[in-house]
Amino acid sequence: MIQLLYIIAKFTNQMKTIKEKHSLAMRWTHWVNFPILTIMIWSGMLIYWANDEYKITLFGHTYFHFFPDWFYKKFHLVHRLSEGMAFHFLFMWFFVLNGIFYILYTLISGEWRELVPNKHSFKEAWLVLLHDLHIRKMAPPQKKYNAAQRIAYTAIIVMGIGSVITGLAIYKPVQFYYLTWLCGGYHLARILHFVLTIGYVLFFVIHVVQVILAGWRNFSSVISGFEVVNDQPKPKIKVADENEKD
Amino acid sequence: MKTKKIKKSTIDQKISRRNFISFGVFGTAALGGVLAWKWLYNSPIETITITGGAHKPLRRALNKTELAFRKVFSNNNLVKTYPKSMAAKKVRVNSDIGIEAEKKLDITAWKLQVIKQNGEMLQVSLDDLKALPKTEIIFDFKCVEGWDQIQYWGGVKFSDFITHYNLDDQAKLEYVGMETPDKGYYVGIDMPSAMHPQTILAYEVNANPLPLEHGAPLRLIIPVKYGIKNLKRIGTITFSNTRPPDYWAERGYDYYSGL
Repeated sequence: MIQLLYIIAKFTNQMKTIKEKHSLAMRWTHWVNFPILTIMIWSGMLIYWANDEYKITLFGHTYFHFFPDWFYKKFHLVHRLSEGMAFHFLFMWFFVLNGIFYILYTLISGEWRELVPNKHSFKEAWLVLLHDLHIRKMAPPQKKYNAAQRIAYTAIIVMGIGSVITGLAIYKPVQFYYLTWLCGGYHLARILHFVLTIGYVLFFVIHVVQVILAGWRNFSSVISGFEVVNDQPKPKIKVADENEKD
Repeated sequence: MKTKKIKKSTIDQKISRRNFISFGVFGTAALGGVLAWKWLYNSPIETITITGGAHKPLRRALNKTELAFRKVFSNNNLVKTYPKSMAAKKVRVNSDIGIEAEKKLDITAWKLQVIKQNGEMLQVSLDDLKALPKTEIIFDFKCVEGWDQIQYWGGVKFSDFITHYNLDDQAKLEYVGMETPDKGYYVGIDMPSAMHPQTILAYEVNANPLPLEHGAPLRLIIPVKYGIKNLKRIGTITFSNTRPPDYWAERGYDYYSGL
């Protein structure tokens, strides 16, 4: 029997196995969130256009104005405030419900253990970064997510909660006055709401680059839920190997 | 060799079956999502009745959302107030809708017309209003556009006005309508918001009589709403159980526009 297994292993040089990776709930909420967040960002821009006061200014010199005129024109964001509000205040419900579902699922299923950074994560994330930038050869050992992923994917959830809180703080500053207070006032809440959105865009860019670099197998697992693992022959077989050599 | 073949094909079959199902569902859902979006994005714009200018499904959503947020509305939730020193000296004028026509309104001849649901009319002069207890508020005025400004207004609390003129039966109706004397600018307010303790019929800004561009002689200051609901130059006040016409709701904005 051992001999036979060895032959199979040698013939295919590998053993195909299905390794479960992402739960259905995680895949569902991920792909539902993507278009919803896109619509929220787009409709948010329609709203922001009406009072586009944010800029990056240092020592009296403005380096960047959110956003340049050509940008608004190119994406047809001009004079659409009421439309933007109508879209924003519909899709906010879906964004919140999807988010609540994901968080509850992750907590109850115990999947949070593979997601939330642990005490090693912050040190290890640095090593992951060095590895990804091809400065360091070895990446630290990981489970489902590496340390950098744990931090990034947990941060994005915290950011989502932040968007809901800052959003409510500027949406109903009288009824939810305590949220507005918590956010440091109406102005700061609006700034935070905006900065979080810029954060999503930056996250998206890095995320997509990383997914492309990680390859098809990794990407497809977020749709199918599993990865096909080509296992090396098991130690049992290696023993057979050694015996044969003897 | 036989064992191997069966084992290999089973796992491959399993992989392709699961891929087929998951990618099939994903593709179908993605297509469904795109079609749903196209339907929504190209959905017809409502014809102007009380509201107008919005995609029909989005208007329905705004109205449903209003019902949800009406549940958290409370007279105990007050807009934050500030010391007088923080109030803007130059109060922002965002538009002159409603006052561009007949700019030189004869304020001395002006009278507020209060029309009860049964058609009975009450005429109130500015001096009558000034004789009532004065309420002042320094709060952060918020515009749908996204700007805000701390402003200092003074006038008669709307609920005081209701009590003084024995309009309590009218205040049991669901809505208040207000419009300019030329009927060119108008607003509809749900009664709970109108009766909120910080809603005032204002005749002063920064302790001075209202200038024309701020809606002389009398305007609505309703801190639980966006600026679009703070009607300038009130000519008539009406009461009803249905939504009164609303200038900005006809132009795609949320009727409720509550804060």
